[in-house]
Amino acid sequence: MSSVTRHGIIEGLMARTAQRRLYRSTDDRYIAGVCGGLAEHLDLDVRAVRIAFAVLALVGGTGLILYAAFWAIVPQGEHARDGTSTARPQRRRHDRNDLIALCLLAGGGVLLVRQLGLWVGDAFVWPVLAAAVGVAIIWRQADESQRARWAASARAPLSERPARIVAARVAAGVVLVTVGVVWLLASQDGLGAATRGLLAVVAAVLGVALITGPWWWRLARDLGDERRARVRAQERAEVAAHIHDSVLQTLALIQAKAGQPREVQRLARAQERELRSWLFGKPQADGSGTLARAVEAAAAEVEDMHARSIDVVVVGDAPLDERMAAVVAAAREAMVNAAKFAGVERVQVFLEVEGDKVTVFVRDRGVGFDPASVDGDRRGVSESIVGRMTRNGGTAVVRSSPGQGTEVELNMTRPPH
Amino acid sequence: MSEKPRVFIVDDHHLFRSGVRAELGDSVDVVGDADEVAAAIELITERKPDVVLIDVHMPDGGGRAVIEAVAPANPDIRFLAISVSDAAEDVISVIRAGARGYVTKTISGPELADAIRRVAEGDAVFSPRLAGFVLDAYAGAEAPVVDLELDQLTTREREVLRLIARGYAYKEIARQLEISTKTVETHVSAVLRKLQLSSRHELTRWATDRRLT
Repeated sequence: MSSVTRHGIIEGLMARTAQRRLYRSTDDRYIAGVCGGLAEHLDLDVRAVRIAFAVLALVGGTGLILYAAFWAIVPQGEHARDGTSTARPQRRRHDRNDLIALCLLAGGGVLLVRQLGLWVGDAFVWPVLAAAVGVAIIWRQADESQRARWAASARAPLSERPARIVAARVAAGVVLVTVGVVWLLASQDGLGAATRGLLAVVAAVLGVALITGPWWWRLARDLGDERRARVRAQERAEVAAHIHDSVLQTLALIQAKAGQPREVQRLARAQERELRSWLFGKPQADGSGTLARAVEAAAAEVEDMHARSIDVVVVGDAPLDERMAAVVAAAREAMVNAAKFAGVERVQVFLEVEGDKVTVFVRDRGVGFDPASVDGDRRGVSESIVGRMTRNGGTAVVRSSPGQGTEVELNMTRPPH
Repeated sequence: MSEKPRVFIVDDHHLFRSGVRAELGDSVDVVGDADEVAAAIELITERKPDVVLIDVHMPDGGGRAVIEAVAPANPDIRFLAISVSDAAEDVISVIRAGARGYVTKTISGPELADAIRRVAEGDAVFSPRLAGFVLDAYAGAEAPVVDLELDQLTTREREVLRLIARGYAYKEIARQLEISTKTVETHVSAVLRKLQLSSRHELTRWATDRRLT
């Protein structure tokens, strides 16, 4: 089972670095931040994106439609959401700028359409335009409200627009849409009454859909957000429970044993290991499974027993079979020797699996000894390390001299599979 | 560098910052510290330390965000990453952002002072764990090699990394391989450069894959 699904923290971390979703920019925007968001997502210059949209807009208005589509579908980015974009202060432009930009865009669009000969008559275009501007204002307001909610949930004291401005904007939008629709209907006098009735109904429905559209759309999305928030809350509870069960208990034990430095060290190390394996999703080091896990478990055991710190660096891994078990046992013996006799705090273990070659080094910078004059006490070296490795078809070399520390090198070949 | 290196500490844990200050004692000149990304960027740019000791994990983008904001305009400021993390992709990504080395928070005071001095002098500081990560990242032949020079380690570089992973100091590596300490440093710097410049996305993708197994 993947450790990622088990641990939300990791998932969050990875999501932040690995996958970037497309958001509309809240910092870099003239209208709705579509260009800014796209530029950030694609790692392009925002000006290039804007020019591309402008050019596309000239091609029969494709750019305008595309822009509108992005606006509707792409969610608005939370401020500096992916954590990598450096915050740029003072990016919030004044409303006036927004309004000017909107007007310019609309005006340009109209002139363009007129230029292209797609003009269907002033009686049609101006009402539709009025309605479009109204819709744009309302949709922007919806964006704004969404941002306000985020600001509230982040408890950031962000100066927000007074409610009456919000109301005024929405009202202006509604008025514009209504005026546009009515105007359009009034100008179609040539049509029969029946058609006019039908048109009125369709127009009314369209108007309502346009006005409330953004809220429906966002409501659906907010429901999704809420579900995610609930999952997060659950994960947080799980983390809290875990910290209580393990870390707090250990801290209490440490306080109780403050007078015994060795014991305190042992507790702290064991807790650190446990927390790491939980945080980083390693399976509990119970010595089963793979060579790397088994060596790490052996190191943990020796750490606990002899109150030394053993750093294990692993490159590659292999399944645990009989030969590998021999390697683990020999490595463990080497660690025990280093912890017992070297007289230093730290032991370094390096395990490398490269193709069918397995190599383990156990090194300390301790007192060392003369391998030629091994006394009875050190029989562990020849028997449990060298003997065990040779019996299983591997080799072991012990390098040491007084004052120079000791290094045990284990070599084993994996059977072909 | 004969005088003491000027050091700036960035970490969001107050306990850790004061702990490091105490551990380093007189061996370096601590010119300031910061507990968040924005403040760190401002103060580092202002005080221009020799070495920034930077935590990998912080809100608002962590050490990587600070390095990316400061490094381009201040090529003389060097960064040494420090972390409790065992996650290879965190470490590799902060190195790729421009850190000159990586050490774990369990490092002892004198070792840390030594690492800071070496980074200040322009060397790369590889802890055994980082050496292991790099060997792992470059292991396996299945990854496509785009740039022969950048996407592969030389035999010698591998040897040096292996010895670092075994816990050898540069001086001991030099003795073992019968080369000068300077040459060892050159090899390590070359590895660091490759790590930062290689287009091998496997460096990061690999880390993700490993987590999923």
